Amino acid sequence: MFPDMFRYHVAGPVNDFINTLIEAYGPVFDSISHGILSFLLSVNSVLSFIPWWAYIAAVFLLSWYSSKKLAASVVLASLPFVIGMFGLWAMAVESLSVIITAVLMALIIGLPLGVLMAELKPVAVVLRPVLDGMQTMPSFVYLIPAMMLFGLGKVPAVLATLIYALPPVIRLTALGLNQVPKPVEEAALAYGATRWQLLKEVRLPLAMPSILAGVNQTTMMALAMVVISSMIGARGLGQEVLLSINRIDVGRGFEAGMSVVFLAIVIDRLTQNMAKRWEPPRR
Amino acid sequence: MDGPSPGGEAILIRDLWKIYTRKKGMTVSSSDVANEELVEELDRGEDAVVAMKNVSLEIMQGETFIIMGLSGSGKSTLIRCLLRLVEPTSGEIIINGENVTAMNRRQLVNFRREKIAMVFQHYGLLPHRTVLDNVAFGLKLRGDDKEKQKGKAAEALDRVGLKGWENYYPASLSGGMRQRVGIARALVMDAPILLMDEPFSGLDPLIRRELQDEMIHLQKVMHKTIFFVTHDLSEALRMGDRMAIMKKGEIVQVGSPDEVIANPADDYVSRFVSDEREHMRRAEEVLARDRAGKEGTPHVS
Repeated sequence: MFPDMFRYHVAGPVNDFINTLIEAYGPVFDSISHGILSFLLSVNSVLSFIPWWAYIAAVFLLSWYSSKKLAASVVLASLPFVIGMFGLWAMAVESLSVIITAVLMALIIGLPLGVLMAELKPVAVVLRPVLDGMQTMPSFVYLIPAMMLFGLGKVPAVLATLIYALPPVIRLTALGLNQVPKPVEEAALAYGATRWQLLKEVRLPLAMPSILAGVNQTTMMALAMVVISSMIGARGLGQEVLLSINRIDVGRGFEAGMSVVFLAIVIDRLTQNMAKRWEPPRR
Repeated sequence: MDGPSPGGEAILIRDLWKIYTRKKGMTVSSSDVANEELVEELDRGEDAVVAMKNVSLEIMQGETFIIMGLSGSGKSTLIRCLLRLVEPTSGEIIINGENVTAMNRRQLVNFRREKIAMVFQHYGLLPHRTVLDNVAFGLKLRGDDKEKQKGKAAEALDRVGLKGWENYYPASLSGGMRQRVGIARALVMDAPILLMDEPFSGLDPLIRRELQDEMIHLQKVMHKTIFFVTHDLSEALRMGDRMAIMKKGEIVQVGSPDEVIANPADDYVSRFVSDEREHMRRAEEVLARDRAGKEGTPHVS
């Protein structure tokens, strides 16, 4: 056994820290919570306003436009229809609004951070272990403080999702920027590109496929958090899964699980097809 | 100095050094190069590479000056120092009366935009831009009027024989055509000085010859100062007015191509030119034999 004399806990200080945060900065967290919630609600109301057939048409058209494959587009458009058949449409829309809110926030924070990470070495040195931590820390662990700081429901769900989904977009943005071929950068510099022009005209466009792969990964990670965030009271498809676990209702759980999978497939295919359009033309 | 004058120097390189350091935090200052022992020690050690030693050259207005050397002889470092894509450790570069080594960042950007243009071995084209936009890239960076950009770029493409390819992407072009785009991108800048870093090395012999001929033809009209790096002696002989040979970062001989072939300065140079002399000797023999044969046999027609 590990000797007791070396025992030391950080649990106490961490608890104290969170408690003082809540006491001292309660109003701050309340206003953050309020802001996220109102954004989330407006996303949700827009999504709920769109009729179901418009989703199916949009999925079909986007898929057809970006891939030009008829059969694949029909199959892809039929997946949300199946979710509706299971009677889970409203829940799927609620999950979707949490995902979209979290992904938008992740992009607003993640894209600039990725650029900074590629441009400034010290930022990369500091950020890399933080990202590792965000990705590997079990998500239940930060569900607890998120809940304490922001209450129950969708706001902590969005924040937990954000923490979990943020790393890929930062990493793949930085990776894409660092992988731009040196001869191309050198040529741009030789013709008098400033650092900003180099970034805007050369590095970002060439990194675009990698950046969009990051957006795709971030969206997929956000989807994976749907079920987990239902544990702190976020409604949606995850809640349905949780309910059927509690009731040991295998069939109901299967329907809910398949709905999450279908949602994932649709979002994945659409974002990937769009990423392909950004690849440098071969002709 | 009052800017460029015909017949004067276009590029003056004085005591240029470049020492690359590999170890973290290790720096070599410009005063260190005067210390011969230190330089020798750095050269022997693992932590630094002396890429260029005390290079001084004068390149005249309107001449095509060739730098020749094996790979690793420092010729790529030298050409990159001229527009400070590589920062020289010490020394001075004066181009058309402007001290390039003393420029601050903004002056340097303007200098690169107006006074000098470069053609690269690996083309360095933007894969996401059309051929026309690639040619106009330098003009776009310096903020020229959009319509003017298009017109000038189309004209430059015409000059390099790529009319009709404006809306293609680089990926659909062959190596030779890509380098034509690279040359058009340089010509469109109207810069008095053209730097060419092994521009034809990656191309097959026929295309290489074709582009060399076109470059010679263009130069007859343009009268630019061309600084041309190559490791191909026959290319140097065809293109060059004068040439310098580099070995391990030092200039070992400067002269007209004929002088260099006739009087190689040392073993290294003579090894370089021996192939070419062999070629010339054989060609003369064959010609002589032909002539002798023709005289000997009567024509049957």
